[in-house]
Amino acid sequence: MSLVEEVDLLKKIPLFANIETSKLKLLAFTSERVVFKAGEELFHQGEIGQEAYIVMEGTADVIVDTADGPMVVAQIGKNDFVGEIAILCDVPRTATVQATSDLTTLMISKDLFFRLVTEFPQMAVEIMRVLAQRVQQTTQRAAARNG
Amino acid sequence: MDHNIFSFIWRYSKRQQIYITILTLISFPFLYFSLDLPRQIIDDALSADAGPFPVPFAGMELNQVEFLLTLSFLFLALVCINGGFKYYINVYRGQLGERMLRRLRYDLYTRVLRFRLPRFKRMSAGEIIPMVTQEVEPIGGFVGDAYALPVFQGGTLLVYLGFIFIQDPILGAAAIALYPMQAYIIPKLQRHVNQLGKRRIRAVRQLSDRIGETVAATGEIHAQDTSAYHLSDVSTRLGGIFEIRYEIFRRKFFIKFLNNFLNQLTPFFFYSIGGVLVLQGSISFGALVAVLAAYKDLSGPWRELLNYYQRVEDIRIKYEQVAEQFEPTDIQPTQQLLEDAELPTPLPGPLSFSSVTYVEEDAPPALESVSIDIPIDAHIAVAGDGNSGKTEFLMLAARLLVPSQGRIKLGDHDMADLAESVTGRRFAYLGSTPVMFTDSLRGNLIYGLKHRPLVPPPHDDALAHFLKEAKASANSLHPYDADWVDYEAAGVADTDALEPRLLTLLEGVGMGEDVYRMGLNGTIDPGRQPDTAERIMAARRAVAERLQDPAVADLVERFAADAYNESATVAENLLFGTPVANGFDLDRLAENPHVLAVLDQTGLTEDFVTMGVDIARTMVELFGEMTGNTELLEQFSFISADDLPEFQPILTKIDKAGAGLLKEDERTRLMSLPFKLIPQRHRLGLIDEAMKQRLLEARRVFADTLPEDMQDAVAFFDIDAYNAAATLQDNILFGKARYGQSGVQEKVQALIAEVVDSLDLRATVMGVGLNSSVGLMGARLSGAQKQRLAVARALLKQPEWLVLDEATSLLDGGSQAHLADLIDTEMAGRGVLWGVHRPSHAARFPEVIVLHNGRVAGRGSYDELSRQGSVLASLVDNE
Repeated sequence: MSLVEEVDLLKKIPLFANIETSKLKLLAFTSERVVFKAGEELFHQGEIGQEAYIVMEGTADVIVDTADGPMVVAQIGKNDFVGEIAILCDVPRTATVQATSDLTTLMISKDLFFRLVTEFPQMAVEIMRVLAQRVQQTTQRAAARNG
Repeated sequence: MDHNIFSFIWRYSKRQQIYITILTLISFPFLYFSLDLPRQIIDDALSADAGPFPVPFAGMELNQVEFLLTLSFLFLALVCINGGFKYYINVYRGQLGERMLRRLRYDLYTRVLRFRLPRFKRMSAGEIIPMVTQEVEPIGGFVGDAYALPVFQGGTLLVYLGFIFIQDPILGAAAIALYPMQAYIIPKLQRHVNQLGKRRIRAVRQLSDRIGETVAATGEIHAQDTSAYHLSDVSTRLGGIFEIRYEIFRRKFFIKFLNNFLNQLTPFFFYSIGGVLVLQGSISFGALVAVLAAYKDLSGPWRELLNYYQRVEDIRIKYEQVAEQFEPTDIQPTQQLLEDAELPTPLPGPLSFSSVTYVEEDAPPALESVSIDIPIDAHIAVAGDGNSGKTEFLMLAARLLVPSQGRIKLGDHDMADLAESVTGRRFAYLGSTPVMFTDSLRGNLIYGLKHRPLVPPPHDDALAHFLKEAKASANSLHPYDADWVDYEAAGVADTDALEPRLLTLLEGVGMGEDVYRMGLNGTIDPGRQPDTAERIMAARRAVAERLQDPAVADLVERFAADAYNESATVAENLLFGTPVANGFDLDRLAENPHVLAVLDQTGLTEDFVTMGVDIARTMVELFGEMTGNTELLEQFSFISADDLPEFQPILTKIDKAGAGLLKEDERTRLMSLPFKLIPQRHRLGLIDEAMKQRLLEARRVFADTLPEDMQDAVAFFDIDAYNAAATLQDNILFGKARYGQSGVQEKVQALIAEVVDSLDLRATVMGVGLNSSVGLMGARLSGAQKQRLAVARALLKQPEWLVLDEATSLLDGGSQAHLADLIDTEMAGRGVLWGVHRPSHAARFPEVIVLHNGRVAGRGSYDELSRQGSVLASLVDNE
């Protein structure tokens, strides 16, 4: 897959949907493409995280350790962005992500992510927007559950 | 050390000085004749009143032409003889001077070794180095002149003076009338110059000290933003030196001026007084002319003598300034360093301190009347805080220091008198900041075994010459390239047996993995180590086999002559080998004539330009807008941040006028870009299947047409041959870790480790690691690594008495305990005195000595001493 195809893919991810093509190209070029085999972990709950991943192909499970043992809380696939919490807030990984098929990802290092955000403020705004939406969704869900 | 340069010269070269002087005197008549002969040729053979011919000469009758030719050939012969004398004397003088210089430098260096340690708290390398190297340098040139020159020039002067006095005593007196004045005034003026000379030497020394300090403290200077402060300091010092030097040559030239003036004053007297005398008829005109001519000749030697005087003063000061620095009152006798004294085994004990006080200049006493007996076959801890005198106590126990008062005895022997052949071989001392030498890891480990040359190199002419010259300068007669390693001291038979011992120790001190990694990144010369190369080739085959397993097959993309390697750069694909030396610098292939020829031949040149344009365009598009944050650019881009702006105009030019009008250097710039492409990593889509095939073709052409003189500039990848230019790891892998797999580096490392272990190659790899350099004084090693290595180095020589001063302070608790266990085992039955870094560490010792404020505050078991309220308890509390 070439850079151009990667850029097309990135455009389909909500987080990056409104960002200029040239910036996405930079993001794609400067991030590393990493392939995981089925069963390999992208990262493990509790570790200190340095990277976020964009799934380009394949599927993975999001697993959280509970008192009753590990529990799959979500499944992710193409176009999903995972691991961003750890690099944004400096907290240990909140879940384990394990590939369930052969998985192709774009790996964005924490360093690179912050450099891009500082260099291109519109990216920061975009990320804020997406995160705010997530917070709103979570709040709504919580309200629905409580109500 | 002689305080005076002349006594130094006389003491060590009186025979040679006399020889030179005699030789000079012998040459004198020849010189005289060669000056006289031209006059004879003109007066007796050519002038109008010559003759009558034939003249008798050496029993023959010669006519005028014969006489002229005879005299001319005689003249030629004299020229040759004089030249011969001059050449011989000069070479002899030069040799003598160099030998004396060598002797002096060697003596100074010996003194550096003989200085007691505290001296280096006041004297820096920056001061010592210029003294031994450049300050004494002019002495070499002076030695040969020291006696012969004044004798020769003085003699000449006397001859001329005699001539003048014979002509006319009054004019003779006039000729030398001003000499007393010169002899009085000039030394007076010179004294000022001498004072300035001393100041100059001191100022330059301080400057060199400051430069040394700056080099050592660069990090701190940048961390504190004090560059301006240091620049100002150096500027001030340079200014000071400038003023001194300016003043020196102002005065020097004034002396010269005065000299010249006084020299010309004498002819003035001749013309005026002599002239009047001639007019009055008191002396003849001829006599005045003769005296004037003689006086002219006189000025030559006189000027030489005055120059000599100035030079003597200069050298004298330089010598004295050096000598006084190298003559401290307290200096070890040379004998203590170099004699081969021995003590019986086991060492006599105990080590007894009786009222030992240790004080350093301008400091409160570190230890005060310490009296204690220490058995030298037990393991004892020493605890104390920074002011306890612990460090001095331990250094005294290892005889690195000697007491200021009191006495330390080992059995019946006074420690202060023990030779280093005892203290340096049977004792070991480990401080907290061990010193490594600029050598290989192995060299540093076996350093403690190199006391004397044990197996001399083959005795040949070169060695004989070396010994002869060394003897002539009283230098060391030990050939440096002998085998110095004392295998017996390490408890092994020979160098083969030493290797496993080194590896065991390295594993023991926790350096095994580090050395293994250094080995993987090291290179070997298969010609010299064919066995190692063969074993690595076996590992290569094993890796190939292991990669058949589909689970790991993707990790490595192996090199294959007929396949394009997607994880390697275009440059590596083209070369299909490792560049040796600088023949094919991978970063500058676009400038390499052979590479360019290959591209031309395979029709790739234009494609490279096009690809270069594509890459440059992408880079400018991606990074062109980024400002300030250049790191990102450097990390990912093909183009450095500095170069990026230069590509913009090239691209604009292409947009306007096409690629045809590019200048040569612009094309080179563009063409250099595709060489860095790694398809798997950069994903720019530039290297498609067709391009790969063409690059493979270029690879073949590159190898086939490689010029004769570049055959050695590249080590081709050959599945069946060891690649001497590549690291062990690259040789084992014979390929590239494939980009874009999670944790690929770790997995590849694990794969290599698995193969290495299965083939039992770990020792081989570590052996290569042992040969890797530790950098400038161990700069490539961390502080902790140095401490670990120092322990291994100390244990290797199997000391009977091991003294440690916070020697593991930089290691974590686990490693410290591990090293303590190792030392316990290795030193079982022999003495250990361990100044502990953490007082609680003392708990593992059967006996503890507690120091406090320079005195022994307690001795006994840890439990007894650490009762509440005790010194040890408070030390442990403050840990």
